[in-house]
Amino acid sequence: MKIHEYQAKDILRKYQIPVPNGVVTQNAEDAPSIYEKLGTSVVVVKAQIHAGGRGKGGGVKLAKSAKEAKEIASQILGMNLVTHQTGPEGKKVHTILIEEGMDIKKEYYAGITLDRSQGKPVLMVSTEGGMEIEEVAAKTPEKILKETIDPLLGLQRWQASHLAYSLGLEGDYAKLAIKFFLGLWQAYDKEDCSLIEINPLVTTGDGRVLALDCKINFDDNAAFRHPDHAELRDTTEEDPLELEASKYNLNYVRLDGNIGCMVNGAGLAMATMDIIKHEGAEPANFLDVGGGANVETVTNGFKIILSDPNVKGIYVNIFGGIVRCDRIANGIVEAAKNVEINVPLVVRLAGTNAEEAKEILRKSGIKMEVADSLKDGAQKIVKAISQA
Amino acid sequence: MAVLLTEKTKVIVQGITGKEGSFHTQQMLEYGTKVVGGVTPGKGGQKSDHGLPIFHSVKMAVQETGANASVIFVPPPFAADAIAEAVGAGLDLVICITEGIPTRDMQRIIGLVKASKTVLVGPNCPGVISPGIGKIGIMPGFIHKPGKIGVVSRSGTLTYEAVGQLTEIGLGQSTCIGIGGDPIIGLPHLEAIKLLAEDPDTEGIVMIGEIGGTAEEEAAAYIKDHVKKPVVGFIAGQTAPPGKRMGHAGAIISGGAGTAESKMQAMKEAGIHVCESPADIGATMKKALG
Repeated sequence: MKIHEYQAKDILRKYQIPVPNGVVTQNAEDAPSIYEKLGTSVVVVKAQIHAGGRGKGGGVKLAKSAKEAKEIASQILGMNLVTHQTGPEGKKVHTILIEEGMDIKKEYYAGITLDRSQGKPVLMVSTEGGMEIEEVAAKTPEKILKETIDPLLGLQRWQASHLAYSLGLEGDYAKLAIKFFLGLWQAYDKEDCSLIEINPLVTTGDGRVLALDCKINFDDNAAFRHPDHAELRDTTEEDPLELEASKYNLNYVRLDGNIGCMVNGAGLAMATMDIIKHEGAEPANFLDVGGGANVETVTNGFKIILSDPNVKGIYVNIFGGIVRCDRIANGIVEAAKNVEINVPLVVRLAGTNAEEAKEILRKSGIKMEVADSLKDGAQKIVKAISQA
Repeated sequence: MAVLLTEKTKVIVQGITGKEGSFHTQQMLEYGTKVVGGVTPGKGGQKSDHGLPIFHSVKMAVQETGANASVIFVPPPFAADAIAEAVGAGLDLVICITEGIPTRDMQRIIGLVKASKTVLVGPNCPGVISPGIGKIGIMPGFIHKPGKIGVVSRSGTLTYEAVGQLTEIGLGQSTCIGIGGDPIIGLPHLEAIKLLAEDPDTEGIVMIGEIGGTAEEEAAAYIKDHVKKPVVGFIAGQTAPPGKRMGHAGAIISGGAGTAESKMQAMKEAGIHVCESPADIGATMKKALG
């Protein structure tokens, strides 16, 4: 799960990690009083959306007076912010964070995430703050310094110290950075993060080390341990269909193509998308109805797929293992009674009781094509939409 | 001979009294797997629905039954502890089916697992089957056929699809290993392939990967230098967008890494017969065997 910058900074505060003073609002009228309250001659107005690249898209601006703060706040609130991560359609800004301005001395990068090849978290830092870290990794990998963290011991003081001094920090700045890194690990570990990223981490002329920006992703599998995180979810940031699917416990990801897919199992669902592409068309979605595909999940699956106006045809691909195909066939027949399927439908059922299942589908009178194999089904649906 | 699961494997089921655990215990018994008991703390001394003895702990179960393997159907909040318990009891093989274990929990026990003699398969996997010998997991037994092809896969139903193609084209399987779809797993692609490469009765290997991580690239590097048997590969998620988790917790392209393209490239360079289409896995293996 992704959260907003201001929420991520609240988490940093909980672990005594310094962040700029700031106030969140959804109303531009509040901006002048926030300006006065922060008390710095310059303030920063920052759009709160889940995507990165906000500055370049015009979602982060400086204001030098109470009046200007209000002007900028009203410009940003309600704007459609387009960044390289939002896609061309952009994201509407509902919330802004107004923060104190500061005398930045130098910008750095710090982040913790899982190093999958080692199965351990890794703290990465760089002197190239403010830049896309992926870009730094690709062009100048030697500028990224890493310390692998033993998850049982946690980040060790010497590791934090080694990285702070390796960044060229000295004196009190180095001491503050060490404390910062140790706090960052505590936040990452205790809050079950999958990513925590400070870009930039800054040193200031008045001797501070703080997180100017912060991005946090949580591990969804650990949500049961953190009931408080549920309140941080901003559903306006999510695709409406993905949100709807999540209410039905369906694993759905919307894509740009026009063939809707309904599949059991994540790997087979991806493979089904792939074979549609291979046969010359584009998938409209990823949808895993899971191992227990029944009338309810299949009905909801059809509803979600058909809510996408781009969908011109549907390919249902089920490999019945423990789940019997005849049951799934009955599910499809029932679902077709509940939902009006007004696009070509191709169904492929394989595995346990597949033959009986095909018979049920054929006898049902529902307009569909029954496919014999993964490839046969893909070819049939691609052909059907090209004729439609 | 098969790998991991052989005639000598005696299995206990952790979480045998749960709905999933109980159902699949029955399925495993019907397939001929030597299931010798189960573990549910608090229910020791009772019998399961299948008439198997239940023990409070894995150590107690091992002492009484001589089991050398376990399969875990414990709910996610307690599953990492169940893995650590099985490792602590000194089992040779532990297969964790549970999906949804927090990464932090796996992170904290994976070191213990790696330092032990126990081979952990999964979590979030369909399990291991050696057709004709037994199955430990949730895969449908009947689609498999004894033979000489080894299968390694991060997925569940996509593995069944590949196995279905192999069986249909007349190629039976030695052992099929579902290694799991999570970011942290016990037995990675490379280690699973090493087992099959060294197995004298496996003549060809099917390797099914998916987007996310670099395990396929690491396996490909090993195959290039060490594996003489034909290897057929497929990567699921060629059409998946970056930054989105595609069902499996580990199936996500992040920071430009873990794309299907880079994996397929590494596999081709290693001499692996890479299928562009998931429908060609069986036929490609048949061709590769000559």
